[in-house]
Amino acid sequence: MDQDNRRAAGMQMNRRQFFRISAAGLSSSGLVLMGAYSGEAHAEVRQYKLARTRETRNTCTYCSVGCGLLMYSLGDGAKNAKAEIIHIEGDPDHPVSRGALCPKGAGLLDFIHAPGRLKYPEVREAGSKEWKRISWHEAIERVAKHMKADRDANLIEKNADGVPVNRWLSTAMLTASASSNETGIITQKFMRSLGIIATDAQARVCHGPTVSALASTFGRGAMTNSWVDIKNADFVLVMGGNAAEAHPVGFRWAIEAKKQRGAKLIVVDPRFNRTAAVADHYVPIRAGSDIAFLGGIINWLIKHDKIQWDYVKAYTNASAIVQEGYAFDEGLFSGYNEEKGSYDKKTWNYELDEKGIAKVDPTLQHPRCVWNLMKQHYERYTPEVVNNLTGSPVEGFEQVCKHLGDTCTPDKVGTILYALGWTQHTTGAQNIRTMAMIQLLLGNIGMPGGGVNALRGHSNIQGLSDLGLLSTSLPGYLTLPNEKLHPTLDAYLTQTTPKLLRDGQLNYWSNTPKFFVSLMKWFWGDKATKDNNWGYDWLPKWDKMYDVLHITELMYQGKINGFVVQGFNPLASFPDAHKVRDAFAKLKYMVIIDPIATETSSFWQNHGESNDVDSASIQTEVFRLPSTCFAEEDGAIVNSGRWLQWHFKGAEPPGEARGDQEIIGELFVALRELYRKEGGKGAEPILNLSWPYRDPKNPTPEELAKELNGRALADIPDPADKSKVLVKKGEQLPGFATLQDDGSTLCACWIFSGCWTQAGNQMARRDNTDVGLGNTPGWAWSWPANRRILYNRASCDPAGKPWDATRKLIAWNGERWAGADVPDFKVDSPPEAGMNPFIMNPEGFGRLFCTDKLVDGPFPEHYEPMETPLGTNPLHPKVVNSPAVRIFKGDRERLGKHTEFPFVGTTYRLTEHFQFWTKSVRLSAIAQPEQFVEISEALAKEKGVKAGDWVKVSSKRGFIKARAVVTKRIKPLTVNKQTVHQIGIPLHWGWETLARKGYLTNILSPAVGDCNTQTPEYKAFLVNLEKA
Amino acid sequence: MALQSLDILRRSATTTPSTQVRAPIEVAKLIDVSTCIGCKACQVACSEWNDIREEVGECVGVYDNPTDLSAKAWTVMRFAEVEEHGRLEWLIRKDGCMHCADPGCLKACPSPGAIIQYKNGIVDFHEENCIGCGYCVTGCPFNVPRISKDDGKAYKCSLCSDRVAVGQEPACVKTCPTGAIQFGSKEDMKDYAATRVEDLKRRGFENAGLYDPQGVGGTHVMYVLHHADKPELYSGLPSNPSISPLVSLWKGMAKPLATLALAGVALGSLFHYVMKGPNEVSKEVEDEIEDEDKRERADKEATK
Repeated sequence: MDQDNRRAAGMQMNRRQFFRISAAGLSSSGLVLMGAYSGEAHAEVRQYKLARTRETRNTCTYCSVGCGLLMYSLGDGAKNAKAEIIHIEGDPDHPVSRGALCPKGAGLLDFIHAPGRLKYPEVREAGSKEWKRISWHEAIERVAKHMKADRDANLIEKNADGVPVNRWLSTAMLTASASSNETGIITQKFMRSLGIIATDAQARVCHGPTVSALASTFGRGAMTNSWVDIKNADFVLVMGGNAAEAHPVGFRWAIEAKKQRGAKLIVVDPRFNRTAAVADHYVPIRAGSDIAFLGGIINWLIKHDKIQWDYVKAYTNASAIVQEGYAFDEGLFSGYNEEKGSYDKKTWNYELDEKGIAKVDPTLQHPRCVWNLMKQHYERYTPEVVNNLTGSPVEGFEQVCKHLGDTCTPDKVGTILYALGWTQHTTGAQNIRTMAMIQLLLGNIGMPGGGVNALRGHSNIQGLSDLGLLSTSLPGYLTLPNEKLHPTLDAYLTQTTPKLLRDGQLNYWSNTPKFFVSLMKWFWGDKATKDNNWGYDWLPKWDKMYDVLHITELMYQGKINGFVVQGFNPLASFPDAHKVRDAFAKLKYMVIIDPIATETSSFWQNHGESNDVDSASIQTEVFRLPSTCFAEEDGAIVNSGRWLQWHFKGAEPPGEARGDQEIIGELFVALRELYRKEGGKGAEPILNLSWPYRDPKNPTPEELAKELNGRALADIPDPADKSKVLVKKGEQLPGFATLQDDGSTLCACWIFSGCWTQAGNQMARRDNTDVGLGNTPGWAWSWPANRRILYNRASCDPAGKPWDATRKLIAWNGERWAGADVPDFKVDSPPEAGMNPFIMNPEGFGRLFCTDKLVDGPFPEHYEPMETPLGTNPLHPKVVNSPAVRIFKGDRERLGKHTEFPFVGTTYRLTEHFQFWTKSVRLSAIAQPEQFVEISEALAKEKGVKAGDWVKVSSKRGFIKARAVVTKRIKPLTVNKQTVHQIGIPLHWGWETLARKGYLTNILSPAVGDCNTQTPEYKAFLVNLEKA
Repeated sequence: MALQSLDILRRSATTTPSTQVRAPIEVAKLIDVSTCIGCKACQVACSEWNDIREEVGECVGVYDNPTDLSAKAWTVMRFAEVEEHGRLEWLIRKDGCMHCADPGCLKACPSPGAIIQYKNGIVDFHEENCIGCGYCVTGCPFNVPRISKDDGKAYKCSLCSDRVAVGQEPACVKTCPTGAIQFGSKEDMKDYAATRVEDLKRRGFENAGLYDPQGVGGTHVMYVLHHADKPELYSGLPSNPSISPLVSLWKGMAKPLATLALAGVALGSLFHYVMKGPNEVSKEVEDEIEDEDKRERADKEATK
């Protein structure tokens, strides 16, 4: 109904009702007139419903803003009353959210009480059409038997070279980025003891490229600043993300910058989105052309001399000289091997002197210094070229350049808020790299109000990344040993500990052996000794990365038998959903651990056109184990700003649901029993695993959190005075600086060390005092070492004075670095010592040229998406797509061409929903009830589609049907002299739902990922559209 | 207790004078449309706090959902795409009760104590006294109250009178992610609005201003608009709202007669006769109702 009709209908009713008085009403009114009724007693307001309810603090389970919650439960805590949560609202003390919650957070009550919550263990037997309730005992026993049988049959104990690899590839596991750190770490221990390396968390489909890009530039792969700090910006660019939509409460600090500082906000996006609704300017762009736009900015900044020179010369590798032989020509960097489809990156490195120290030319004259190579690389990206590739109007592009350029002075700072609009591309990591370079050129890194702010996805996706729940990772960004590179402990430590590249630099990763040995002590306890290399041989060694795309491919080929899925809905979130479904159908067994029903768990059910399967022919046994949700557990999750926030249980889970730690505990104990009794292949890592928990079947969050922090296994002497003891045996460590490489410390995740010290649980701290610039160091605890703004040494000039006196975060006080934040630096290293701010990098520089850290080039270059609407790359027609893309043969055959599928499809979230869970939440379903796609008025006209009509959107891989939202907010763009229509495709739908049933959006998207991290391309692919 | 913090200013259909001594602070909710991202957190928080759940609807081709106010949706976001001077704007307005200083609903209400205006400015419906006549719907210049299909009573935003009574802000205000909804004394809200208007003018919105329409005596829900000169751009926000002439009719002449009628019905008089008799209504409206009644009878027949 349109506006006018709606109003008219209202008026019609008004007039009608004016004359329609019910007899019952009349009688009561009449009675009042006769004095038979006293209304006064009824004139009170409704009673306040929370008066004596019990209040419990928690953290929102959805996104990475990590908003504080107050949960109110029925009963005052008396033993005889069963707590039931009746209301949730924001925690006004929380420094980020200050009482606010987005529509999902405001509706959390309906998640806890969702009808789709799982209550009992169930099994779907092979070929069956239904679920069958079973006991926990039966469930655990059957799953453990499946796992052991498969492991015994398929574990690879040694590789062809005789290296112990303990690799179990035929069962894969996914872990949950909404679960707590404590669940994450116990799962890590469980999986690696079994030899599982075909594993991923949601980080893979989300911010994988962020870690690659930021770590290769600055040294750490996390959001550089914090949510509240955004308020200190003079300019906010939102590109590659839609902060208002996906992180509404964090976005409040951008609004705050506008209100308090008069900051300007610009949005660059394929759609005029919710962020654009409150922006000063909006600039359209073709999905998948971000590097062209950002590379153009680099060129513009250089051309207009909008560079913070003092910063660039002192803190970046602009002056470093690159090896002879490095080149870029016609779309290819030096070292490309066409047959392998990959680069030999040898030449992408600094020229070293005889001592192995990187050579520099501080005058920036050397033709091979980074500055000149960069300048040359981006000369091609003129405003006209940008316009031709992106479709963005030159005027809009230049407006972004100008606003960014204005922040090149020390007293002006700009920030960037981005998310999956940059990560989910074949060039994902490089999109982010380009922006990271821009921020270095402008001197905006380390500054309050600056940074490269990766707005992460799930509530604990940062934590699960930190805990290394990815195929080839270990906790604390240590790498899982590789069978070729690291066959022995010595090789591992030598290879993974970086060598100093410039004199006087901190090179903090030189402590890698301390982190690693302490981790091994956590894995194997007393069984890890110096003599057995701390149990190194028991760790699985990888040959290839088994990311989600690779896992799916192996399943599809019938090479994986088992799949354990913890709090993940891969059928909905992996690309090319039909392929995923067919892959699942080849599994022998699948184990789902989840609080709610997911499409993955019911992939074998026929749901008509949206999931047209023959249940009887699917022989997969599916176990569904009900787990708790956030409200029913204690634990910590890490927000995007790296804050570890502890939350508390407010109610019991429904039915027989159990906590994830208990489920993993039960499974592990059952498996260990089987190995003890029956023996089996590769039993050692399982039997030797340290499992010291009071109740081995249910390790507690407190026990696990303490292990994350680490403790002393022997007295730790003070390095300054060996006669003194720094930490006594058995005590919790004060932080990672006390970790040892001699087996005298245990620590599950070195970067979390300091989170639960002798002084107690630091993550539960609630002092929200603002000590300056919105910094609240007494609230929760932030890794590393409670630092809130990374690289904050760079907020001062080389002499140790803040670049901007009004943005003083830390400064050199003559003796040490001190201020509102914990210095991200060696606190007693004086400015004249020349130590650089990027302490994780062995040369101390922020990297404009990222050397050999990424697989697809030391400088970002524009490549077309695998499915390009242009069919060419105007920059270098011979190299259209990224040459370093990995794509499986079958997936390549499932790519479409622009001649058949002429429109660009791009998927995204809506603020009313979170991924695929909130369709099970009534309040969220009401707010956004039905699948739709967004199209321009021009395309609608061309296709004869009106708003609200059904349309069919198809790609080479399948189709979906959805309602059409016809909008002025998407406009056709002119790109390379052709018209490009873009179609916006929200992703939240499926059949396990309280909203209207819909199609899995990822039926449409292609199975190809970012070159560096294999994060799938969800943002730019080809589709067709017709009226359904 | 509540009466002490929220003293009554006016009660519907009541002649007993209200108390005059105490003067609590007048409150207001300010909705700054220029910082609203249309996330619907206010909608959801409202439904959650008030324990109401609208039916799951459908997508009608816009972001609006629920598509209209109802007895179970007391506030909804209305999205309007506006292109002016070549510049696209997505104007998103949170719609709901405006808590008028001169509330048309209360004036129109024939049922004693069904609508209460507190001295702090909140206009609250007390459904236990509501007879479901729908006069409030007619009386409202903003088309806000809705009659429930479940119990035939009128519902709308209470400005969380239960929360305000114990010193809390309304649920929608607290939850608003961007701070687009603010709550405080009406004076403070006007002061704050002035800073927002100033900021908008600096950003080139020459006609930015506060919406606090005087036709209804001012409101306790106000808007900051970028285009205060054209409120109708915001999904039909009326530019000069005033109480419907029908209510004037009711207050002026028809009400005493209708009141007589009510008493009469209570005593068992003939409702239909009384209704048709004294009420002076246009022939057109009468015919319309006749027709609808006929249709309804026919429908009933058909379903038998």
